[in-house]
Amino acid sequence: MSTIDTTGKVAIVGVGTAGCGEAPGMSELDLLGLATHAALKDSGLSIKDIDGLCTANLNIAMWPLNVTEYLGIQPTFVEGTNIGGASFIAHQKPAMLALLSGQCKAVLVCYGSNQRTSKFGRKERAQARNLLDPNPFEDPYHPFDPPSSYALIAARHMHEYGTTRKHLAEVALAARKWAQLNPEAFARDPLDLQTILNARMISDPFTVFDCCQVTDGAGAYIMTLSDRARDLKKKPIYILSNETAVWHRSVSNMKDLTTTPAKDSGERALKNAKVEIKDIDVVQVYDAFTINTILALEDLGFCKKGEGGAFVDDGAIAPGGRLPVNTNGGGLSCVHPNMYGAFATIEAVRQLRGECNARQVKNAKTALINGNGGTSASSQSTSILCTEQTT
Amino acid sequence: MKNIPNLDSPVSEFHHQSIKNGQFMLQKCKTCSTFQFYPRSFCITCDATELEWVEASGHGVIYSSTTVRRKAELGGDFNVSLIDLEEGVRVMGNVIGLDPNHGAIDIKVKLEIIQSNGSSQVIFKPGVPNEHN
Repeated sequence: MSTIDTTGKVAIVGVGTAGCGEAPGMSELDLLGLATHAALKDSGLSIKDIDGLCTANLNIAMWPLNVTEYLGIQPTFVEGTNIGGASFIAHQKPAMLALLSGQCKAVLVCYGSNQRTSKFGRKERAQARNLLDPNPFEDPYHPFDPPSSYALIAARHMHEYGTTRKHLAEVALAARKWAQLNPEAFARDPLDLQTILNARMISDPFTVFDCCQVTDGAGAYIMTLSDRARDLKKKPIYILSNETAVWHRSVSNMKDLTTTPAKDSGERALKNAKVEIKDIDVVQVYDAFTINTILALEDLGFCKKGEGGAFVDDGAIAPGGRLPVNTNGGGLSCVHPNMYGAFATIEAVRQLRGECNARQVKNAKTALINGNGGTSASSQSTSILCTEQTT
Repeated sequence: MKNIPNLDSPVSEFHHQSIKNGQFMLQKCKTCSTFQFYPRSFCITCDATELEWVEASGHGVIYSSTTVRRKAELGGDFNVSLIDLEEGVRVMGNVIGLDPNHGAIDIKVKLEIIQSNGSSQVIFKPGVPNEHN
């Protein structure tokens, strides 16, 4: 239990996205700027009000400086931790503590990537990452990462628990069915189980449909103290808790391939929020690969370890199923610009506000979001969001 | 071995140089006797700094396995596995001669260092009985 109680004291007051899918000709900062502008408009705040910044970039070490300058802000709180795609959820707790301590009054969390359409330095950036961040004990064996590392995780899960390729395919199919209800989603073409199962293998047991999209896109959201949030434009969405766990970097150093750090982050997040799994109306998890959704549902406690495959079977997490998961279409079908965490947060806020039209989950009051980071579920960050300050 | 950058890390360098000499060396803590992989500056089990090098027996069991699909003209499909060595450490490696359509997990394997195109390469071969079990 945290010594400082943050429960419900901070709210998300504005969200925005930009360039989801393809945004040719746009730089990462331009995309991030558009998403930030959309989040500001959504909240009724001005860029002049932003005095806290959380951001990270896959390639640029001092990225908060680039963003500060681009946006013309002078933040008194900066959080630039990069633990992969979980970062933009993991930023929430430090931001909450900064807001509660009076270090700042309005925090912008933002991310942008043009990985799909960028012509400028795309190949060179990938080479630079490999040069600057080598893995001398895995690189010689040529895993095709990130797919191979998650494929090793999936293969072990199948071996231990009898999870099948159909179970994995059910996750991809559910994501696509949600995406078909979301005009912002990138991949909305018809899809069926046989197509997924018969598709080209990438790294067994994964076909192309088990792997997330490669898209452009930017996401931004704004946090303030709850007292201030109530005077702003939109219904505040309160953060009841945010907890993060980081266990390893590479898959060969992941102790148990079938258990992720979400076991720890999820348990703490639920406890601190005083929320039980049965209270959760809608779930957004970072589905870098189909196995991620199954692992997250198990580790967070929606089902027992090993039962995730059966849990998602027969359309159970698709529209009309027992639990709405990744209602925007997730990284598998909606948007995946390298690091996804901000988008899970934004979709949860939109659901809790009731803004989701065809994909709206009725009476959604409490959401669980879970970010995944690294090439082998290395970091996980879990938050509970709610329409009320307490449950 | 190919693709190993010089990391300016003496312990990494020792391990990789040993492979060139035909040995797969592991760090073992002189205080708590725990093996650790990959090699580091100190023992992350007991904090001790005195570590010795011990050659791995090479016997292991496949913990998980994937076939990376690659075009034939680029060399074709190949295996990437995680192998639990009998010393209690886990390593990544390429297992040669597995059927990609059959489960590889729990198969016993033996590490070999072969010469290929002028460089030393670590491979694992399946089906060799583990003498120590």
